[in-house]
Amino acid sequence: MKDVDYDVIVVGAGPAGSISAKTCAEKGLDVLLIEKRQEIGVPVRCAEGVGKEIEMLVKIDKRFISAEIEKAKIITPNNATIELSADKAGNEVGYVLERKIFDRYLAKLASKAGAEVRVKTSAIGLERENGCVKLKIRSIGEVEEVKARIVIGADGIESKVAKWAGIDTTLKLDEIESCVQYLMTNIEFEENTTYFWIGKKFAPGGYIWLFPKGEDAANVGIGIMPKMSEKSAKILLDKFVRENFPDGNITEIVIGGVPVKGAIETAVADNVMLAGDSARHADPLTGGGIINGMRAGYLAGITAYEAIEAGDYSASFLRKYDERWKNDFGKTLERNKKIQEKLIKMDDETLNKLARSLEGKRIGEISVRKLVIELIKNHPKLLWDLKDILLS
Amino acid sequence: MKLVVNRYKCGYCGACVAVCKFDANELIETYLEIYDDKCTLCMACVKTCPMNALEVID
Ligand SMILES: Cc1cc2nc3c(=O)[nH]c(=O)nc-3n(C[C@H](O)[C@H](O)[C@H](O)COP(=O)(O)OP(=O)(O)OC[C@H]3O[C@@H](n4cnc5c(N)ncnc54)[C@H](O)[C@@H]3O)c2cc1C
Ligand code: SF4
Ligand code: SF4
Repeated sequence: MKDVDYDVIVVGAGPAGSISAKTCAEKGLDVLLIEKRQEIGVPVRCAEGVGKEIEMLVKIDKRFISAEIEKAKIITPNNATIELSADKAGNEVGYVLERKIFDRYLAKLASKAGAEVRVKTSAIGLERENGCVKLKIRSIGEVEEVKARIVIGADGIESKVAKWAGIDTTLKLDEIESCVQYLMTNIEFEENTTYFWIGKKFAPGGYIWLFPKGEDAANVGIGIMPKMSEKSAKILLDKFVRENFPDGNITEIVIGGVPVKGAIETAVADNVMLAGDSARHADPLTGGGIINGMRAGYLAGITAYEAIEAGDYSASFLRKYDERWKNDFGKTLERNKKIQEKLIKMDDETLNKLARSLEGKRIGEISVRKLVIELIKNHPKLLWDLKDILLS
Repeated sequence: MKLVVNRYKCGYCGACVAVCKFDANELIETYLEIYDDKCTLCMACVKTCPMNALEVID
């Protein structure tokens, strides 16, 4: 008889979890991927924008792409606009995904690689026993215990795996963006263009975004920092929408929180690794968490494989995973946390001045790299900060 | 005094769970559970909720 039911159980079938499960299964491990919702990918908690580097992680399939991004516009409180675009027209810098399809596609990849997938199945408790883990799960109402060598907690912002494992990831009120987003139709915007409204007037401690989903619909959303705002995300977004898109219709509401804590000290404990939002891997400046989550999922997967090969599931072995994600994107998390802290303190007048000095420059005609150099020449420090938002 | 969730407003996003230091709430599938015995009424979740769905009542 085997001493465990699975080598690895992955909790949560978001991008981080599905890539973890896929990686483990490809390495020949016995993997169970559980998802508490009855449908993978919904309700969506995302604006769905990703940089072109997603291509390194998954083969692009038209079915999960709703728009290509070629241009970004940053709008400051006095409506000055800075524009940034790709080298040439037609060269996309990123994509707007359809996560309802994307998340399922990734789960299918995990399943094809050999992982067992179970939906409407929640992890509800974790205990360690004889060097392994006993995970209590509730699967369509039935409670059972499953034994594994390693658990990967990819259970999102509301992670309980972290708490059970003894990793404190609680977010303070200046370490989270509180978000609401509307999928809107009957509004006007430029094709293949993302928009960012910055400044306290719009979104204290965050920003408002518009990401196109095809030609006739767009995600219009807001993220605010609870510590800096008296009003809720919904109230501020409603005001913005009333003023800017009075004729728009809302066909979907998305609600969520994004961790903007920066790099945590450790995402491992004995038998446990955290990946994605559960490990607060989202970028504190842009709020983007899909790509980092997928990267973390991959790195957790290969570390799980090595740990099982070595027969060592201790925290000290799994620290290898900490090293890996810190070397991969952890440094950027740290740097962007510092930039974010600076940027959200900036008063609206400074942002206005900055934008005004750049207005009218035909920035759209030059390359992103050249633009950034141009910007840095004018405003060494501040514009470097803005570049990171634009290239999110 | 007691923390309550307005289920007609809640979007079951889990943001309130991420800010609770006391492990006093949980997002079960799409249902937010609040554990009164652990809740200290610290208000962190109330300030974080994007939808204003949480409030403390007498
Ligand atoms: C409004 C908003 C806009 C955003 N916009 C962008 C964007 O434009 N670009 C970008 O890159 N990122 C964006 N993000 C962030 C991005 O959505 C997340 O970083 C990303 O989804 C994290 O992936 P994940 O796999 O770690 O977690 P999730 O996608 O949250 O997946 C976690 C999964 O775990 C499941 N789960 C939780 N607990 C349990 C349990 N106990 N048992 C079983 N299953 C469980 C959940 O149901 C969920 O399906 C946005 C977030 C929000 C809220
Ligand atoms: S933060 Fe608000 S909307 Fe989100 S789950 Fe909690 S109560 Fe519901
Ligand atoms: S009021 Fe404080 S202790 Fe109570 S559920 Fe909210 S965050 Fe947790």
